[in-house]
Amino acid sequence: MAQDLFNSFMTGPDENGRFGEFGGRFVSETLMPLILSLEAEYEKAKTDDSFWAEMDDLWKHYVGRPSPLYFAERLTERFGGAKIYLKRDELNHTGAHKINNVLGQILLARRMGKTRIIAETGAGQHGVATATVCARFGLKCVVYMGAHDVERQAPNVFRMRLLGAEVVPVTSGRGTLKDAMNDALRDWVTNVRDTFYCIGTVAGPHPYPAMVRDFQSIIGKEVREQLQEQEGEGRLPDTLIAAIGGGSNAMGLFFPFLDDKSVRIIGVEAGGKGVNDKFEHCASLTGGRPGVLHGNKTYLLQDDDGQILEGFSISAGLDYPGIGPEHSWLHDTKRAEYVSITDKEALAAFQLCCEAEGIIPALEPSHALAYVAKIAPELPSDHIIVMNMCGRGDKDIFTVAKHLGVEINSGA
Amino acid sequence: MTRIDDKFAALKADGKKAFVSYIMAGDPDYETSLEIVKGLPGAGVDIIELGVPFTDPMADGPTIQLAGQRSLAAGMTLQKTLDLATEFRKGDDITPIVLMGYYNPIFSRGVDNFLNDAKAAGIDGLIVVDLPPEEDSELCIPAQKAGLNFIRLATPTTDDARLPKVLTNTSGFVYYVSITGITGAASAEAGDVGPEVARIKSHTDLPVIVGFGIKTPERSEAIAKVADGSVVGSAIVDLIAAGKSTDEVLAFVRGLAEGAHRA
Repeated sequence: MAQDLFNSFMTGPDENGRFGEFGGRFVSETLMPLILSLEAEYEKAKTDDSFWAEMDDLWKHYVGRPSPLYFAERLTERFGGAKIYLKRDELNHTGAHKINNVLGQILLARRMGKTRIIAETGAGQHGVATATVCARFGLKCVVYMGAHDVERQAPNVFRMRLLGAEVVPVTSGRGTLKDAMNDALRDWVTNVRDTFYCIGTVAGPHPYPAMVRDFQSIIGKEVREQLQEQEGEGRLPDTLIAAIGGGSNAMGLFFPFLDDKSVRIIGVEAGGKGVNDKFEHCASLTGGRPGVLHGNKTYLLQDDDGQILEGFSISAGLDYPGIGPEHSWLHDTKRAEYVSITDKEALAAFQLCCEAEGIIPALEPSHALAYVAKIAPELPSDHIIVMNMCGRGDKDIFTVAKHLGVEINSGA
Repeated sequence: MTRIDDKFAALKADGKKAFVSYIMAGDPDYETSLEIVKGLPGAGVDIIELGVPFTDPMADGPTIQLAGQRSLAAGMTLQKTLDLATEFRKGDDITPIVLMGYYNPIFSRGVDNFLNDAKAAGIDGLIVVDLPPEEDSELCIPAQKAGLNFIRLATPTTDDARLPKVLTNTSGFVYYVSITGITGAASAEAGDVGPEVARIKSHTDLPVIVGFGIKTPERSEAIAKVADGSVVGSAIVDLIAAGKSTDEVLAFVRGLAEGAHRA
């Protein structure tokens, strides 16, 4: 834990893009000059009031921020312990936290004079957010999506196409999210001069992990203010909980509280069928080891030869074999705790949230809620847990129906 | 002096350009790729680039992606790649071997272990696509200390301001990637490549070899003419993918090598 200013957890990354040993810039030479110019442009924008004024205006009038901090009274009663607050980022335009970051990156792309935006997407939430903001600014948008995901996420594919984006089904490798990221990187190498790569999470080469974190930190900043409004001056949350695939919604919630020693921070990874040696999960921190992929050094699911393994999760948004490098560092320094929740536990939490609060959560935050359900009953009633409800579940109802043995027409 | 330095000195003495070939170790299987590698020097190859398979080759086009998948499916690993080099060295102690791939399998093995084992296997140089000069402390500097060449890629986006950084800690030769793109894509025109090679050579005394998109003996010759040599990968790997015999693959390689040597 932070002892003084010199041990702050909020000063990273260093000039080489490292959080401790994690992060860095592991990309081919073709991309290096662009990454360096992106970093310079971002450093300029960060201290430019007009950049943040434009962001604030769009966040307020286009996205609908601030998102509410909602006291979940019925869940609190149900668990019979800690007081549960939900940060309602699922109420954002496009239904998830993803757009917080996309807006920032697209404004940067415009400053850099880039005319073509590419993105990778798993479940489709980042793809939809990117397609949305590109439509808003009249930019060409190409979204890479694993062929298997294109099939099972047909409504999001149609949404992206309605928004004018080109959706490219990725068949290289095994046609998953990580392969979609590989193909996006290949596109970028080929079209480096006019193209901006809008990465959806706190991963990739420096400056992406820091930049995406900064854009998502609006979540935690709002929580800090809103909780004081509702609980009194100076009141901090006791525990923060968020789901982690790449880890952008979690980083956004955690970051503004990293130096508040009293705040316990918990990231929830996708445990799939259980964290086992068959790798039927996506828990990079609890079941992986450090490696290098997609431009950064971080914990990865990999075999003994350093070959990357496919993760497994009911939630396509958590289905990634890596995690943002800052999480790897927070894990190793023990500033944050990382746990895992299985598909089964997440499904139960999904249903509970629907019936107890009238909120249909995405499967990703259902993982976080399942962990809340585990610890809340044992905590005193004056203990405040803030959980990030980072996405809504409309996209997941077909998956959930299938797991519950219900047949509905997906319209796909 | 490594085998790479010796080779370029010998080529220079003969007034010849270099021909560098790439194949993926273990594609389509260990035995076949060993047989091909053993035949490369006889087909005129001056330097052998041996691809190390990786699940996520983010700078490679479909041809080399699929080669990596075939190789991994056949059970290839970094260890077996080193075994293959060791086996080759039993019959050839002159032709340089450069390992080309991505950092994670090396990092996973441990850099020091890897360098010891690579040296023992008779490896002369490394090309690691996802290690730019900004990450030199990871592998580049330890590799140079261990006596291996660390060969860097320079690209059309590497401008004059950046070139010195790219060339620092580079040894053996410079690999100029003639296009912004992935392996196996269309090639640049020799007319465009010439000035770029001259630009790089104004910053270094190292030989400059040009690759990406070269598929024919004519192109190999035209590119070698404006550089210190040419590299061909995907066009050779395509023949292996098509199930051509080792003799057919080597006959094709011979044509490409003769093209470069005519230059």
